[in-house]
Amino acid sequence: MDRGNSTSRRNFLKSCLAGAVVLGARGKGELLEAADQSSAGAKSTVVIARDSMLRGGASAVDSSRILSLLDRAMQSLFDLDHPAEPWKQLVHPGEKVGIKINALGGRGLSSNRHLVEAICERLEEAGVRAGDIVVWDRDTDEMGHVGFSAATAGNRVQCFGTDRIGYEEELVTSGSVGSRLSRILTQLSDVLINVPVLKDHDGAGVTGALKNMYGVIHNPNKFHPNGCNPYIADLNLLPAIRTKMRLTVCDATTACFEGGPGYKPQYSWNHNALIVSQDPVALDYTGWQIIERKRAEKGLKTLEADGRAPRYIATAADAQHRLGTSDPRRIALVEV
Amino acid sequence: MIGHSMLLRRGLLLGTCMTWAWAVGCTARPDRQATPFPATQEVAEWVRTGDVRTFPAADLWKYIDGEAERYLKAGVRSVSTADYRFRDKLDAVVDIYSMDSKSGGEKIMESEPAAGAETVRLGDGGRLFDQSMVFRKGPYLVRITAYESSPATPPALLALARGVELRLKP
Repeated sequence: MDRGNSTSRRNFLKSCLAGAVVLGARGKGELLEAADQSSAGAKSTVVIARDSMLRGGASAVDSSRILSLLDRAMQSLFDLDHPAEPWKQLVHPGEKVGIKINALGGRGLSSNRHLVEAICERLEEAGVRAGDIVVWDRDTDEMGHVGFSAATAGNRVQCFGTDRIGYEEELVTSGSVGSRLSRILTQLSDVLINVPVLKDHDGAGVTGALKNMYGVIHNPNKFHPNGCNPYIADLNLLPAIRTKMRLTVCDATTACFEGGPGYKPQYSWNHNALIVSQDPVALDYTGWQIIERKRAEKGLKTLEADGRAPRYIATAADAQHRLGTSDPRRIALVEV
Repeated sequence: MIGHSMLLRRGLLLGTCMTWAWAVGCTARPDRQATPFPATQEVAEWVRTGDVRTFPAADLWKYIDGEAERYLKAGVRSVSTADYRFRDKLDAVVDIYSMDSKSGGEKIMESEPAAGAETVRLGDGGRLFDQSMVFRKGPYLVRITAYESSPATPPALLALARGVELRLKP
């Protein structure tokens, strides 16, 4: 992608804002449903909610403001007035909800704890028992390092890594991918809420919703060649992922435009935003454009020119995968 | 029954071992040789707050995920990491990458934009940013990342970096 294309995409973002239509909530819409709608010509909604005062005067995110930001994003996505209503459409009492965070970037660039607490609060208001919610990633210590203390007992929200209960014995395959899935996904989650972080990625170009699923398998290191393409798309096609992921809340409070996925402050910025969608492909496409815009602002080459365009996003949208849409004409982008 | 010559050989061996152990004990500085990570207060006002964790090249992805390929191509052998705190307020992490050769660290640094960095004379070359720094010395690449930015951050990071640099053998 050259700079000209980058510019046109930025123009596209602006034009989308003018004509954005907030689609009605899809309730328990799953990715297949999203793909079907996509193929039928419907648009996938992606909401970007920003709060320039998210940190007040401090460097840390304010917990009450991020709850408000989440509410604004979700109410816009589902076109509903009350903060708890979108969650009631998304989940139901008795369902077990797994919140897959990303703790790999270390303290500076991992899913924000206050954001995850806000999601848990709204889930409980929607009738989900605290004990039926599990916040998880690959490794418990890694999670503890970024503020998610282990919790496994009582009626509290559970919080631990796959290292505590392991991966399924059975190898599941999808296209180029053969992996064992986290038991947290297969046994403790009826619903998957994906909470990645918006980052540049040395191999994949961009990491967001789809790439975050590398954290649910035992062997992600096998799938980094060729810009992670088609591995990311193939992985997300696995039924345990595709049918359970109902929502992505991408943490772009602090985002990374270069040198990712690890935290390097010199290549990160406080975007103070959340990006939410039920279409992970559309969300990743939108996140990619945000990163390109920041790279251009910093005088860096486009990811295409750097040989790192995230081609897996288009693969995820192709006829073999249909995990969502990467066509900007079919993305209804809403900024609130 | 043990013969006289056998006893003599054993005695000689024991004596040699004791002499070697004494010599090593007199000349070694165990802490400095054991780790390149400065101990608490070895660098003024810096406290080491966590254990040193080491990841060999094969497990690098467990620590830095998608960045591992770039380091593997540059010849990384391992990375060791430890957390620090300055004045009980500023947290930072020190990562020390051990590469196959001097050129490994050069490759990594050359691949990273240096905009906004101050060039510092440390080891074989370093860059100081508002909230982080990176330098290389021989086959080592050192990255120090702070989690807050303030006027005190760059000089504090530089002091810690100098403490690490002193411990690294060229």
